[in-house]
Amino acid sequence: MTDLADFSIADAGAGLRSGAFSATELTNAVIHRAAVTEAHLHAYLTLDQDRARQAAIRADAAFAAGEDHGPLQGIPLAVKDNMSTRGMETTAGSKILAGYVPPYNATVVDKLEADHAVILGKTNLDEFAMGSSTENSAYGPTRNPWDTDRVPGGSSGGSAAAVSVGSALAALGSDTGGSIRQPASLCGLVGVKPTYGVVSRYGLIAFASSLDQIGPFARNVRDAATVLESVAGFDIRDATSYRGSTPDISGLLDSGVKGMRVGIVSELSGAGIDTEVQASCRRMYDALADAGAELVDVSLPATEYALSAYYLIAPAEASANLARFDGVRYGLRVDGETTEEMMAATRAEGFGPEVTRRILLGTYALSAGYYDAFYGQAQKVRTLLRNEFAEAYEKVDVLVSPTSPTTAFEIGEKTADPLSMYFADVCTIASNLAGDPSGSVPIDLDASGLPIGFQIMAPALHEAQLFRVAAEVERLAGFTRRPALATSEVKPA
Amino acid sequence: MTNWEAVIGIETHVELQTKSKMFCGCAVNFNAEPNTTICPVCLALPGALPVPNREAIEGILSIGAAFGCRLVEDSLFHRKNYFYPDLPKNYQISQYDVPLCVDGNLDIDVDGEAVSIGITRVHMEEDTGKSVHGSETGRIHDADFSLLDFNRAGVPLVEIVSEPDIRSPEQAREYAAELQRVVRSLGVSDVRLEEGSVRFDANISVRPEGQAEFGTRAEVKNMNSLRSLQRAVAYEIQRQIGVIEGGGKIVQETRHWDENIGKTSGMRSKEESEDYRYFQEPDLVPLHVNDEWRQRVFDALPELPAARRRRLMDAGVDRQAASTMVEAGDLADLFDTAVGVGADAKLTANWLSGEVVAYLRRNEIGLADTSLAPEHLKELAGMVSDGSLSSTAAKDVLSYVMAGEGNPGDVATAHDLIQISDEGALDAEVDKVLAENPDVLERLSEGDMKPIGFLVGQVMKATRGKADPKLVSELIRGKAQGS
Repeated sequence: MTDLADFSIADAGAGLRSGAFSATELTNAVIHRAAVTEAHLHAYLTLDQDRARQAAIRADAAFAAGEDHGPLQGIPLAVKDNMSTRGMETTAGSKILAGYVPPYNATVVDKLEADHAVILGKTNLDEFAMGSSTENSAYGPTRNPWDTDRVPGGSSGGSAAAVSVGSALAALGSDTGGSIRQPASLCGLVGVKPTYGVVSRYGLIAFASSLDQIGPFARNVRDAATVLESVAGFDIRDATSYRGSTPDISGLLDSGVKGMRVGIVSELSGAGIDTEVQASCRRMYDALADAGAELVDVSLPATEYALSAYYLIAPAEASANLARFDGVRYGLRVDGETTEEMMAATRAEGFGPEVTRRILLGTYALSAGYYDAFYGQAQKVRTLLRNEFAEAYEKVDVLVSPTSPTTAFEIGEKTADPLSMYFADVCTIASNLAGDPSGSVPIDLDASGLPIGFQIMAPALHEAQLFRVAAEVERLAGFTRRPALATSEVKPA
Repeated sequence: MTNWEAVIGIETHVELQTKSKMFCGCAVNFNAEPNTTICPVCLALPGALPVPNREAIEGILSIGAAFGCRLVEDSLFHRKNYFYPDLPKNYQISQYDVPLCVDGNLDIDVDGEAVSIGITRVHMEEDTGKSVHGSETGRIHDADFSLLDFNRAGVPLVEIVSEPDIRSPEQAREYAAELQRVVRSLGVSDVRLEEGSVRFDANISVRPEGQAEFGTRAEVKNMNSLRSLQRAVAYEIQRQIGVIEGGGKIVQETRHWDENIGKTSGMRSKEESEDYRYFQEPDLVPLHVNDEWRQRVFDALPELPAARRRRLMDAGVDRQAASTMVEAGDLADLFDTAVGVGADAKLTANWLSGEVVAYLRRNEIGLADTSLAPEHLKELAGMVSDGSLSSTAAKDVLSYVMAGEGNPGDVATAHDLIQISDEGALDAEVDKVLAENPDVLERLSEGDMKPIGFLVGQVMKATRGKADPKLVSELIRGKAQGS
């Protein structure tokens, strides 16, 4: 029999409702999986077994009372550690927030709890979500379940590793420049960044406010839709939250792609993309065509500048967002002779090198005399990019490309060269700048047995189209492989 | 010798008295225990987000409209970045290049000279928390520790920036005073300098008369009364003239006014001050105020102080009384209702601006704490015009009415203050007094009218003040001529 930890949300939900097993049994199976794999992966920063079991008991009690709060009731999930959880330490992977226990829940956490989901704990990430490998965590890196010498991607590497290995059935991540899609790609998962504003950012520790968006990691497209449906929706506490009715997400999952116009982004398909990745994606384009989609070549010239624009806009916003970490009210405090010295010492000690680099970059980009040349110019690129995307979507229903230029790289491979690390997000960043929804679906393994992800981008609020194509890609790829770490009996460390 | 001209612009910060803070639901309560009206948002906990307060937006729009500003359809919020322990986010959400209200003016009158001061902009921002420094002086330099109270953090602040149109300390004072009256009349803030709900910072420079370009300016802060604003501006003008005439140069800087020694002193040089790195606040969308909303703001404006003073003066009230009543606001309201029910305008205005103000000050209470009603003023004015009450007695009656003793008629009777205007009743009293003072009567008969006051006084004394002194005087004159 399949271990409960490897169940999909849909199958687990059916089992819970049929009485085949309880939420407590399901949660215990997942906690057991974590106990076996954590020493190899370090996916979690906090794994709160007691709290998870309490939540499972509540879910079971609700089932017993005949209450059904929807498909996440009793489902063990993980949350990236940059989302505020009341009573549970929330560090954003930074030393500066060590020991910080929030007095309030992020809206997404409230929503999961309202749906009677079981929150297992908080997953590892690059400090303040700045990175593409989870190596920038102040608490040590997370490893890729497919090859523990390799990175899981980032910044939501902990969530990706946990879902991949079965120490959570699904998880929430956040995506500022690819931080859900790239680790999903590197860990063989479905990962979706929704339209900006569809999921509330209230309680998400901000990296770059105009780009950050919370989304799901899951082992299949339907599960990803289920999690997104739980957390999406207007939130009065987030002024940038989309005020209209929540867009349809799973309504077209079974519709296929016949007659759909699928645009292949030429700028994201050639130079700089690993040849094996390119070949796999090309096979998927052909498969989509065979399934009835019309393929269209699309050029988005501004995407060439997307990475540069992103590395001005995101650090600029971050430089202000991270100013609040000053040792005055919470988190780390390093004493100094004066208040200014205390603040400076706290920040010098509390922030890691990548975070410091981006704060400096952003501060510089916003400085008097440089604003127009840097931040102002980057905003123009952003506008240009949005216009190009809007124009493209007049001709096609979705755009496709590889998610990541390479499969999982080795730990330490890129840490010495920030620019090569930044390039890991080259395919994903444009969707953040445009504010559009985008997702990654696993389609293949490369010769080393590492997953390859396929990116699907859709116009704002057209999540249903995105999931429709994602579901078809999933069917066509028939990708059902799991990492060895999830399937082999590994001894508890 | 050079004639110097002062050029002054004033930046005003007004704390709005909204129910909740600018970007969160915390109560605005200045009497609360420290750090009790705080939440994740105004404390800048990780992940918290701001949401604009509609009531505060309404407040600032009405201020802008009162100054005749253009209300901007899509204004923008920006982040103003600087590190300070009482600024929880280490940036302040403010407005920068596209504020809510632009291009207005405020007309003032100084010693009969009317001046129109331009209002550059009125914008929205949030207040900081308060630092309390553990030192003898209460200043940070020699403090062993600092305590922070974040109750004020995030309270809605309105910044009103004037054009550099002010030319004298007197104008500066009147600009500030009139601005306070206008804002108070809108009911959005009590604008008390002493309590910090309004703060005035003055940008001051001097230039030789006739010169077009501005001199280097200094910003003077920390004036806690209108008088200290006027003094500080006057001092700073003289200081700058002194520096220049002494061959020195004015440094662009912020200067601190010390009320006790009556001087300004440099705080920090603006040249080396921070670059605020303004950029559009990504947590907020542009603030959209549509045509209908803007129209509603203008339609809802109350009568502003200048218009009200003019109307009262047109009704026959003298300038001083009109100013006093409008300044207080509630006195002018009472005046309007009293006149509305038929009270005499002049008498009512004189009482309200004289006796009533004195009574309130004496007892340290507000108008609302008294029992004075519009009908009382009408009745009282009626009693004075029909002669049943002397104007002196009317003031006493007014005090008793304010103290809650009843309506004027009852109070006057109870205190035996009804005037004797009956000739027959007074005749006997006059005769009695004349009989007792034959020598005085003789002087009067001889045309020496000086002692008449003495005789009137005797009659008033005999009637315990109830006699109509005018009538008594006439009766005495008649009898003296006839004798």
